[in-house]
Amino acid sequence: MNISQTPLYRRRKRLSQLVMVLCQVATLIGFAFLFAILFTLVTKGLGAISPATFVERTRMTGGGLGNAIWGTFIMTCAATVIGTVIGVAAGTWLAEYSGKGMMAKVIRFINDILLSAPSIIIGLFIYAMVVVPMGNFSGWAGVLALTVIIVPVVIRSTEDMLRLIPNSLREAAAALGAHRYWIIVRVCYSGARAGILTGILLGFARISGETAPLLFTSLNSNQWNFFDLGSEMANLPMTIYQNMTINAFIPDLVALAWGGALILTAAILILNIAARYFSRQRS
Amino acid sequence: MSTSNAIQASGLGHLSDATQKRLQRKARIDVWFERMLFAFAFAVLLLLGAIIASLMVSSWPAIQRYGLDFFTENRWAANVEVFGALPAIYGTLLTSFIAIVIAVPISFGIAIFLTEQCPGFLRQPLSTLIELLAGIPSIIYGMWGMEVLAPLLRTWFPTVFPAGTGLTTAGIILAVMIIPFITAVSRDVINTVPAVMRESAYGLGCTTWEVTRSVILPSVKTGLVGGVVLGLGRALGETMAVTFVIGNNLFLNTTLTGQGTSIAALIANQFSESDGSQRSALLALGLILFLITFAVLAFARYLLRNSTGRHA
Repeated sequence: MNISQTPLYRRRKRLSQLVMVLCQVATLIGFAFLFAILFTLVTKGLGAISPATFVERTRMTGGGLGNAIWGTFIMTCAATVIGTVIGVAAGTWLAEYSGKGMMAKVIRFINDILLSAPSIIIGLFIYAMVVVPMGNFSGWAGVLALTVIIVPVVIRSTEDMLRLIPNSLREAAAALGAHRYWIIVRVCYSGARAGILTGILLGFARISGETAPLLFTSLNSNQWNFFDLGSEMANLPMTIYQNMTINAFIPDLVALAWGGALILTAAILILNIAARYFSRQRS
Repeated sequence: MSTSNAIQASGLGHLSDATQKRLQRKARIDVWFERMLFAFAFAVLLLLGAIIASLMVSSWPAIQRYGLDFFTENRWAANVEVFGALPAIYGTLLTSFIAIVIAVPISFGIAIFLTEQCPGFLRQPLSTLIELLAGIPSIIYGMWGMEVLAPLLRTWFPTVFPAGTGLTTAGIILAVMIIPFITAVSRDVINTVPAVMRESAYGLGCTTWEVTRSVILPSVKTGLVGGVVLGLGRALGETMAVTFVIGNNLFLNTTLTGQGTSIAALIANQFSESDGSQRSALLALGLILFLITFAVLAFARYLLRNSTGRHA
C-alpha cells in the first residue's frame, strides 16, 4: 500500500496544512492592521494638506504647520549631528579598541538597554537635568533628549559595521607603517561609511517621530522660531498631539493633525527606504 | 621621553630628527585618539548612571513623604495630594500583558509564514514592509486607535466596550505596534537555523509543521522568547500609543476592559501642569517604570545574547 494513503499520514498532512493556513491568516491579520492604519492616514490626511500647510504657522483658526515642520527639522538635525559625533566615537572604541575586556561588555549591555529604554523616561531625565536648572523649556533641551535617543542607535550600527571590515585590511595598512588612528580613519571608516550612514539615517527617522521626550523639554509653540534654541520650539509630533487632545474641539485643527501625521509618516518611510537603498548600494 | 626611547630601542635611531619628531607626534596622536574614543564610550555608562541618579534625586521628596503607601494607595488624586501608583502600575502591566497575548501568536505566525512557506519572490518585499512598519511613530498608532479602533469596538461590542476606550483597547493598539518588532526578531532567529537541519528533517518524511515544531522552534527557543520579552519592554514604556485610548481613569479599576491609566500615560498627561509633591510623585513613577523596563530588557538581552537580531 502506498504510504501516502495511510490514515496516519493523511492526519499528519491535514494538521500541517491546518497550521500553515493559520499562519497565513496571521499574516493577513497583521498586514490588514497595518494597511488599515496607512489607509486611515492617507484618507484623513491628504485632504488637510495644501501648500499653505508648509508655509503658514500654527494658529487657532486656519494656519498651517510650517513652524512645527521647521522646528522638528532643526531639532532632529542638531540631535543627529551631536549624536553622530558621540555615537561614532563610542562605537569605534567598542569595535577597534575594546578587545574582550569587561568594560566593553558592560558598555555594550548598557547601550542595548538604552536602545529600547522608554522615551518618556529620557524626557523626564532631560527635564530634571536641563530644564529645571535653566528655568524654562527650550529647544536645546529637546535636542539633548533626542540626542540621548539617537546615540545608542549610532553606536550599535557603527560597531556592527566596523566589525565587518576584515582584519587583513587593518594588518595590510599597519604593515605599510600607518598608525592605528590613521588606519581607522582612512581604512576602516571608508569601508564602513555606507553602513554607518544607513544607521544614522535610521536614527534620524526614529527621532523625528518621537513625541514623548519632547513633552517636557522643548514643549511646543505657535510662533516661528528659526534658530533660537534657547526658547521653546514648535515641533510636529507635539503639534499633532495637542491638536488631537487639548485642541480637539476645533475640527480644523484635528484635520490639520491628520495632515501632519501623514507628512511625518511619509517622511519617515522615505528616510527608511533611502537608508535601505544606501545599504544595498554597499553590498 | 618614552616615545623617543622606544624609537632608539627599535633601531630607528638612524632616522633624521625631523622624521623622529613626526613619528613621535603621530604616536602621541594615537594615544590621545584612543583616550578620546574611550571617553565617549564611557559617557554611555555615565548616561545610565545619570538617568537613574537624577530620577532618584528628583523623586526623593515623594518617596520620603509617601513611602510604601505609594504602592498600596489605590487612587491618584492630585486635589487631595493622595498619590497611589497602583492604578498606573496595574494598567501598565495589564495592557502589556494583553498586547503580548495578542501579538505573540500573530507574530510567530507571520515569522513562520515568511521563513517556511512564503514564495521566494514575496519574501523580501514582505520582510521589508514589516521593517518599515516598525518605523512608524507611535503617536500615529494612538491616533488610529482613538479615531478608528475605539469607535469600531463601541459599535461592535457595546456591552463590553461602552466607551470604546479602555485597558483592552490600549492593549490591542500596543499589540499592533509590537507585532513588527517581534516578527522581525523571530524571523531573524529562525533564519539562523542551518538549512541542513531543515533538510534532514524533511528527508525523514516530516511535514512542514512537524519540521517547524520539532526541529526549528526547539533550536531557537531562547531567541524567540528573547524577541517576545524585547517586545514586552517596548510595550511597557510606550506612551503615545496608549495615552489616547486608555481612558485616563485615575482610580484602580481591576477589570480587563474598563477605563484605566498607565505609568507613561499618567506622566504624559499630568507632568506639565504639576508641581511640588505631585511632580515629585510623577518622577517616582518614572523611576518605577525605568526599573521595570530595565529588568525586562536586561532579561531579553540575556536571552538574545547568541543571536544577531539587530532590530529595536
